[in-house]
Amino acid sequence: MEIKKPAVAGTMESSDCQVTVEPGEGKIDFTLDSAVAHQFGNQIKKVTLETLANLGVDNVKISIVDKGALDCTIKARIEGAVFRSVDQYKDLPWGGAIR
Amino acid sequence: MINAVGRDIPEEILKATGKEVFQGTHHFDGFEYQTASHKVKCVINSNGTKLVDSIHDVLVKCGIKDGMTLSFHHHFRNGDKVLNMVMEEVHNMGIKNITICASSLGSQNDPIVYMLDDGTITEIQSSGVRGQIGKAISEGRLQGLAIMRSHGARSRAIESGETHIDIAFIGAPTADEYGNLNANGGKADCGVLSYSAADAMYADRVVAITDTLVPFPNLPAQITQTYVDYVVKVDEIGDPTKIATGAAKPTTDQRKLLMAKYCTDFVVATPYFKEGFSYQTGVGGASIASTKFLAEIMREKNIHMSFGVGGIAKPMCDLLEEGLIKTLVDTQDFDQDAIKSVATNPNHHYITASEYADPFNKGAYVNKLDFVILAALEVDTHFNCNVVVGSDGVITGAQGGHPDTAAGAKCTIVIAPIMQGRIPTICTDCTTVTTPGEDVDVVVTDYGIAINPKRTDLIEATKDKGLPLKTIEELRDIAYSITGEPEKVQFGDRVVGIIEGRDGTIMDVVRQIKKFEFNN
Amino acid sequence: MIENPNKKRLRRSMMFLNAQKPSLIKDPYIYKIDSLMLDLEDAVAVTAKDTARFSLYHALKTIDYRGSERVVRINGLDTDLWEEDIRVCVAGGADVIRIPKTEDASMVRAVEEKIVAAEEEFNREPGSTLIMSALESCKGVMNAYEVCTSSDRMIGVALSGGDYTKDLQTRITGTGVELMGARQQMIIAARAAGVQCFDTVWTNLDDMEGFRKEVQMIHDMGFDGKSCINPRQIDIVHDIYTPTQKEIIFSEKVIKEIDDKKAKGIGVFTVDGKMIDIAFYDGAKRNIMLAKAAGVYKGDL
Repeated sequence: MEIKKPAVAGTMESSDCQVTVEPGEGKIDFTLDSAVAHQFGNQIKKVTLETLANLGVDNVKISIVDKGALDCTIKARIEGAVFRSVDQYKDLPWGGAIR
Repeated sequence: MINAVGRDIPEEILKATGKEVFQGTHHFDGFEYQTASHKVKCVINSNGTKLVDSIHDVLVKCGIKDGMTLSFHHHFRNGDKVLNMVMEEVHNMGIKNITICASSLGSQNDPIVYMLDDGTITEIQSSGVRGQIGKAISEGRLQGLAIMRSHGARSRAIESGETHIDIAFIGAPTADEYGNLNANGGKADCGVLSYSAADAMYADRVVAITDTLVPFPNLPAQITQTYVDYVVKVDEIGDPTKIATGAAKPTTDQRKLLMAKYCTDFVVATPYFKEGFSYQTGVGGASIASTKFLAEIMREKNIHMSFGVGGIAKPMCDLLEEGLIKTLVDTQDFDQDAIKSVATNPNHHYITASEYADPFNKGAYVNKLDFVILAALEVDTHFNCNVVVGSDGVITGAQGGHPDTAAGAKCTIVIAPIMQGRIPTICTDCTTVTTPGEDVDVVVTDYGIAINPKRTDLIEATKDKGLPLKTIEELRDIAYSITGEPEKVQFGDRVVGIIEGRDGTIMDVVRQIKKFEFNN
Repeated sequence: MIENPNKKRLRRSMMFLNAQKPSLIKDPYIYKIDSLMLDLEDAVAVTAKDTARFSLYHALKTIDYRGSERVVRINGLDTDLWEEDIRVCVAGGADVIRIPKTEDASMVRAVEEKIVAAEEEFNREPGSTLIMSALESCKGVMNAYEVCTSSDRMIGVALSGGDYTKDLQTRITGTGVELMGARQQMIIAARAAGVQCFDTVWTNLDDMEGFRKEVQMIHDMGFDGKSCINPRQIDIVHDIYTPTQKEIIFSEKVIKEIDDKKAKGIGVFTVDGKMIDIAFYDGAKRNIMLAKAAGVYKGDL
């Protein structure tokens, strides 16, 4: 998938995270701001790259402000932001690219 | 050198502090030692007053100089004004290399954090540190070492002479001109002056700071004229509205109520819950709720508590009034109700921090406890607890009486949710050990109760009672299955603080924090 | 299509949770709620309808709800959201889809059609997704029986008191008088159709005594359970739905007597010296199920 425009998903509430995606510069640029970076920073990065790979996104600036979200929430917010960036709200690939 | 809780204490820290590693809670039982003494500047004249005009003048009279150790209490909690007031004057006089020996430091002391950077304050001894000072220590901004020790350990350090206080400052809600001090009847009452008792008896100079001068003699006095050198009157020593920690309102958080119910069910299932039992609890939502649930069962079964001890808040005072508790012994008051109770109820008594929790006297109240209900930031599979270092590696909490009561009580219960946000509270190894697992008997979580395997008696007594019993490893596994397995906090090399055991040994060290870096 | 074994499971408590809030959907099962109702409808802001679906999908796929049933309330059929809602529910494996503002059988059938298509698309077992309907208008309440009998997937109907009383041109008074007719109509319709019936929420969390009284009342009326908005309400509901020791002992005797005599080919049953009817059997079974759920039954049935 090609990121078409900047998009945001998620909130700054506890156990949530806010994900921002923007068109990239030919690669994945990842930045993380997390209160649990020491314990889960590497895991969050891994989940982010896996989720982007599942979605077929390889050209994106993605930044995550994390408030202690579980992996399932991080995935959901990344997908939410990516599909917003391409304005797709119907016939989503549940169980396919979204998994 | 590896200590009894499996922590590797660097040789250079042992050398620098002259301390031994922790060898077990009861290692020093029966140990004999000579207590410290202090200088006394006698008063034979009959001038009749010890009043001094200002903090500045009293510092001059006490001979303030570089490198001294100054002590303070934290009975005013977030409302304290004395410590900052004194330290600002010390700073203005250009004094350097001060050691602060405080019963605790918190966000009320944020305004003096710059004194760590400019070398006014170079060592800190406290029961943990909250707020900006804790952060600054973790960032390596204190030149010397921070020593974090429990209330009992503080009394021990002072009485044994390990910490010698040059000048003790005692914020006193009321004082007369000759140095009889009380904690009630002034503008900012704090109920008790327990933490300052040892300071008054072992410091070379003792300065009372009050905003309410009362006629001589100010009786009954918690600290008497024979210990006090000078009295200074200032405008305000504390903000009484900030003493209460906001815990007075009963929790409606169902998770806390669930844990409180598990805790009460456990307490009731043990053989210690019988007429005349003793009990200490904290002011967290779950602790207060469990006290209320327990009270219902006490009423129903006509069981009375012989004494309640420690930091006191309204729920315990209510039970005293009702007659369900016979006696309260008090080292700290968490709200206005407790302050009023200790001032008026004849069965609510002031005790010193040494009487409360010191392992190096002839027997403290904690030794007589049946139950203590505690909280923790982390509990590991060895039942070790961490109550000082946060999940980001920053010093953020205080031992308080945690290690003391855990060591003393027959049944030590820690209440903690299995996770806080994404941080698993129940983990394989604590970031920092502040209370040894040998003293922690039971962990109550929102997912079930784990009993320390060495307490076969408690395991036997509470089986088949419908309690949600699990092993500590099972609780850890549930937590990790939800959060994922956490990596260790990345610290720098420099040791910035030590966690002292009750007996003065080293339980653990705290290292400088480091910015997180990805693996690749 | 075989009947879904979960169709008649115990549903004493059904708690609303905003599917968009990670802190709420993370581990509500610790309160031992029978059914969790993950909401895509009113609780979710219009601007978060799309992102709520991703949260829901991964919650359904990855969180072990430890025995709590997962109901999802989809958006109304008057929106352009409900069809995609159904796709995500079925793809994620929701146990039950709750249709809001149900007025008649045709609405249920419209939803069922989409569920059938989604079960095929996402390779789910046909019939694995159950349906329940919220009745939120006078017309819906009038058509309760029609709705209850509209689909084999139908587990039951729930009253939505707020919208219903507006349609009735009154309000929630706290006395329950305004809901009397709807409650009676719905429980009768549900029983006639052989499905379950759930009561509306109680929103005043400061009046727990009022809540307890209302739960006792709907329990006595025959309702299967209560909709809840806060975990504080759960224990009260379960407490009221727990049979007394006397009821449990009697029920146990009834079941054992009838099973025993039937096996011997005898058609006359007596308990404690009194003749009892075969009609006692289902109620007794239900009491034992409730007692087991409350953890107060220690027998061997």
